[in-house]
Amino acid sequence: MTDHSHLSDTELRVRALESLLTDKGLVDTAALDAIVDIYENKVGPRNGARVVARAWVDEEFKQWLLADGTAAIDSLGYTSTQGADIVVLENTVSVHNLTVCTLCSCYPWAVLGLPPTWYKSFPYRARAVKDPRGVLAEFDQKVPEDVEVRVWDSTAEVRYLVLPQRPAGTEGLSEDELADLVTRNSMIGTDRLAGS
Amino acid sequence: MTSEAKGPTPAELPSMPRDEDGPVFREPWEAQAFAMTLWLHEQGHFTWPEWAERLSLEITAAQGDGDPDLGDTYYLHWLKALEGLVAEKGLVTTKALGERKDAWDRAAHATPHGQPIVLPPDA
Repeated sequence: MTDHSHLSDTELRVRALESLLTDKGLVDTAALDAIVDIYENKVGPRNGARVVARAWVDEEFKQWLLADGTAAIDSLGYTSTQGADIVVLENTVSVHNLTVCTLCSCYPWAVLGLPPTWYKSFPYRARAVKDPRGVLAEFDQKVPEDVEVRVWDSTAEVRYLVLPQRPAGTEGLSEDELADLVTRNSMIGTDRLAGS
Repeated sequence: MTSEAKGPTPAELPSMPRDEDGPVFREPWEAQAFAMTLWLHEQGHFTWPEWAERLSLEITAAQGDGDPDLGDTYYLHWLKALEGLVAEKGLVTTKALGERKDAWDRAAHATPHGQPIVLPPDA
């Protein structure tokens, strides 16, 4: 018959692995579905944006965030589940931070969700370290010469979140309105928020 | 902070893919492979550093085999790392994985298009 089903080699491998692990009681469908639901629907850059907005309006929270990012972020309900600490890097008038994972694309999932494809690509992983200003230029970001660009390489134990500068002219905005200004890339470091 | 890494100069590197906010997982199997890894880690079958090391090795090996490594093959490396780690930890043997894969292939061929594919009980 010609209209039978077809699974790709990769799909076959995943089905083989999942069904064997299920037979052994090592995974179950409901648990896997719950994990997928979290990463598809519940975590994402909006979590990080809320952390940033809180830091912009609450100096005490900001100091806590910079001193112990994992605990401060956990207090907002965004808990890292892989046992990795989150270190928050503050952009200032004289320092711009850029994050990367040169080895395996570690990323602060709890606050940013899963990384975009370019973050996982070899060109980004290699260039971010060797030519960070060039990378920023490709993202249409100009960093003045007198601003130091620092590059931070994530590991399995430590992931980084950039705290962008609060844009000028946003004094009257509420915390929710501020969170709407925060882009995913600004928390990776490939975006400098307009006006900041 | 990082020190200068060895490797090609920036000018020799291909340009970066510039995707916008796409779907988190491009295909269901990516999500399944991801979720299995998180669950097995949560259940204590391996540590996260063990996982990260295994994944790094697979990514480096794929580059050596000519993968341009533009991020779109990430979950293929992820799957290979998971297969290797579950075998190393004695959760599932490589032989059993191969046999079960063949069984799924036979099941797919025996299933009319559009019907759910089910593994026969004796697989």
